[in-house]
Amino acid sequence: MYKETHTHEEHLSIVAQGLTKRFGSFTAVDNISFNVKKGEIFGFLGANGAGKTTAMKMLCGLSKPTSGNATVAGFDVSTQSEQIKKNIGYMSQKFALYEDLKVWENMRLYAGIYGLNDNEIKSRTDEILQQLDFQNERNTLVKALPLGWKQKLAFSISIIHQPDIVFLDEPTGGVDPAARRQFWELIYQTADKGITVTRTTHYMDEAEYCNRICILVDGKIVALDSPKQLKETYSAQNIDEVFRLLARKAIRNQ
Amino acid sequence: MYTNRFSTFLSFVRKECYHIFRDRWTTIILLIMPVLMIILFGFAISTEVKNAHIVVLDPSQDAATHAIVNKLATSEYFTIDRYVYDLKEIDALFKKDKIGMCIVFSERFYENMMHSGDAHIQLIADGSDPNYAYTLTQYATALISTYQQENLFQNIKLPYQIQTDIKMLYNPTLKGAYNTVPGVLGMVLMLICAMMTSISIAREKEMGNMEILLVSPLKPITIILSKTVPYIILSFINFATILLLSVFALKVPIAGSLGLIILISCIFIFVSLALGLLISTLVNTQMVAMLISGVVLMFPVILLSGMIFPVESMGVFFQWLAKILPANWYIAAIRKVMIQGLGITSVVKEIIVLLSMAVVLIAVSIKKFKVRIE
Amino acid sequence: MLKYLLEKEFKQFLRNRFLPKFAIVFPFAILSIFPLVTNTEIKNIRLCVVDNDKSGYAYRLTEKIKSSGYFILKAVTTNEKEAFELIESHKIDIILEIPSRFESDLIKENKASVLISANAVNGMKAGLSSAYLSRIIADFNQDIRIDLLQSTNQQLSPAFGITPLFRYNPLMKSLFNMIPAILVMLMSVVCGFLPALNIVAEKEKGTIEQMNVTPVSKFTLILAKLIPFWVVGFIALNICIFVAWLFYDFFPQGNLLTFYLFAAVFVLAMSGFGLVVSNYAKSIQQAVFIMFFFVLTFVFLSGLYTPAANMPDWAQLLSHISPLKYIILVVRLIYLKGSGFTDMLPQFFSLTFLALFFNTWAVLSYRKRKM
Repeated sequence: MYKETHTHEEHLSIVAQGLTKRFGSFTAVDNISFNVKKGEIFGFLGANGAGKTTAMKMLCGLSKPTSGNATVAGFDVSTQSEQIKKNIGYMSQKFALYEDLKVWENMRLYAGIYGLNDNEIKSRTDEILQQLDFQNERNTLVKALPLGWKQKLAFSISIIHQPDIVFLDEPTGGVDPAARRQFWELIYQTADKGITVTRTTHYMDEAEYCNRICILVDGKIVALDSPKQLKETYSAQNIDEVFRLLARKAIRNQ
Repeated sequence: MYTNRFSTFLSFVRKECYHIFRDRWTTIILLIMPVLMIILFGFAISTEVKNAHIVVLDPSQDAATHAIVNKLATSEYFTIDRYVYDLKEIDALFKKDKIGMCIVFSERFYENMMHSGDAHIQLIADGSDPNYAYTLTQYATALISTYQQENLFQNIKLPYQIQTDIKMLYNPTLKGAYNTVPGVLGMVLMLICAMMTSISIAREKEMGNMEILLVSPLKPITIILSKTVPYIILSFINFATILLLSVFALKVPIAGSLGLIILISCIFIFVSLALGLLISTLVNTQMVAMLISGVVLMFPVILLSGMIFPVESMGVFFQWLAKILPANWYIAAIRKVMIQGLGITSVVKEIIVLLSMAVVLIAVSIKKFKVRIE
Repeated sequence: MLKYLLEKEFKQFLRNRFLPKFAIVFPFAILSIFPLVTNTEIKNIRLCVVDNDKSGYAYRLTEKIKSSGYFILKAVTTNEKEAFELIESHKIDIILEIPSRFESDLIKENKASVLISANAVNGMKAGLSSAYLSRIIADFNQDIRIDLLQSTNQQLSPAFGITPLFRYNPLMKSLFNMIPAILVMLMSVVCGFLPALNIVAEKEKGTIEQMNVTPVSKFTLILAKLIPFWVVGFIALNICIFVAWLFYDFFPQGNLLTFYLFAAVFVLAMSGFGLVVSNYAKSIQQAVFIMFFFVLTFVFLSGLYTPAANMPDWAQLLSHISPLKYIILVVRLIYLKGSGFTDMLPQFFSLTFLALFFNTWAVLSYRKRKM
């Protein structure tokens, strides 16, 4: 098991120690500890049911850890979930946009929720539309957009309030490689602005784009390092091979 | 090849059953609801008047009025709250909904009754519920007439007495359950088969699973059929519980043949399923499926089946409307067989109508379904 | 925050292909159709007379029944078996058997009897129609008795008359009984059913989860969900009041503001109930099933079909938890009797209690679900 000592607290946006979540007798996340630095792109990698989503939900304040603790943007996940919510963005597998609202209306809704005033909303909306090259779609209903576009929109909306950290839960499911590449460009742009990006994925090729990845098997961290380092350690060609080596031990399948 | 296809079908059915029964709450609700419905409707709906609260306005206070009040007070139908002294007081009581009726005697009642024949009793009932008001005045009139017969006409030979005997066929004690059991059966089967099926298929569409299923090598019809199987099983379970409960708890006997009842119910289940399928081919979201099956199926069944409101009192239009509802034919047939104990010859019409409805509906929904796929 | 959420809810509501039409057209349609359908008056009872006597009195009795307006004379026969076949096949509802020697027995023995046989599968209908029929026979009896006494110049004594009077609804229109019920059911659907389903739908789509990671408080979120439906419910209610006045000349005798007050408390109770359901239901299907069951139960226990006093004790006890019981009574009281606020204090307290009860439960059950 991998453990990290934390030295530069002020540079860290997530600090987790012994984080555990049990549902009855089932331990979904088993005593995980790790740090995420500011501006880092941090990936959770694992098979379905390995505990990626559960871990992420705890960090977002959506579910309380059974034991252990973590701070996100300097706030405790067990006791300060409301403060955390103000400082993070979240995008789920389903990218929860309202299909019966227009593009600008979705933006206005979430920006309004995060407390931006009408002027700020207007300027942020213009900025995002321009960045995505979506100016012509301002008045389109979200349900009329292609999947890849929805995804980019959902991501931009999740960082509309410029949070410290954004959590992405399997954001690239179901879209084609070209759209995925475009999406990664967006993620890099975001990280460049100093926003920490934490994401889960089960696409091995995508893992290579992360600064560091953390491989979960049966709720436990079995490896945590940069993709390059991992490949060296396990003398593998790619992350896929690393993963297969590690996941062979899995008890829970799929 | 054939067995292979059949086994995929079975595995689909298993998946659907798992889907429904895995969730403890859904299972409980689906199984318990009909039970509660039948108990509630069977026991709680009663037309028998009991302990109706009344007051008396009696300016005479003589032997005759006391005897009449006593007669009413000792019956189980009425509870005499108290005496009142003027009409305004009655109004106040009505406005608070404290009483259902007030008995008003005329002045110098006994004296007038014996001599001038001017004695008078007014029964002032609360007309805001007309049937209840009518029943109350009828009960009171009957009791007062008995008093008349027993006390006043004892020694006088009254000319021309017509005695009216009343015989209640099929349901001598006028139990509400005799009428509601067939109605509840129709409603529950409709709810499970039509409403739930349409919502569950609409759900697949809404979630986008339908496309995935449709590109699989299975025939679309197999997919749809496998979705309906769990609901068929459920409706049989519900059907059995309702019958058992009505026989053993509500004491509604099955007067006719059980086999015939099962046969008719099977036909009706198919009609309902076909309706559910048809609705699901027309809509895209669960919400709309719910509203359509609610407004088009459930409401009319409740209103037009004769379970609560007598269809005869409605206009011709509604009587026609009532005729195109499958549930009404089913309920009528069940009433005939289960309560009246009639044989197959008397329900031939209902069976034919239901069968042709099943054929037409299934044909239309399969056609619609195919069109949608192409 | 609330502002943006409300904006969203209203836009979604108005953009829905179905709901706005439903909210406006439904009250109109339901009020113009329902009162015609939900007629609890027993009328057009199909009658067969088995006349074995064929005398003048028998004929006069039959005519009297025909002219009463309650009955349709389907057949006159001498064959009892035929009549019973008609009743079996639901061609008729009730049989009146006049025995042979009816008239001569009356004249000679001063006594005769007739037999009413009713199809009692529907107990209520059979009870009322046989009551109507015996009432007509009793009137007929009185008629011929008076004829006899007048012709012989006798006086019938001692005697007194009995007149039933129907307060607040002298014409015994069941319409006036049904309109309040319709108003109430419409409010239940718009303010209880729809918001609950709306919340469950967002749960299914996962948009609620998205909201949960934002700083929006649960209270704000729910309030934003409810307010549009309250507004729509209020509009629909007023449409109903207007249509009832326009079509049926039916307007509250009492104070309209009192009515609004009660309606507001009732709506709070029903939306609280809807929230409870939405907290427990995992899918729309489940929510519909639970809602359907409870609303039906509430309606049946409300005293709309059977006055609560007629129910067994356990049902009466149970009926206290039906918000519909109180509001239907209140609407009837205000509409028909013009009762004032103080007359209806017990109902007001009961409704307020239920509103608090359901809303507290909603809050508690929500927290529990969230772990």
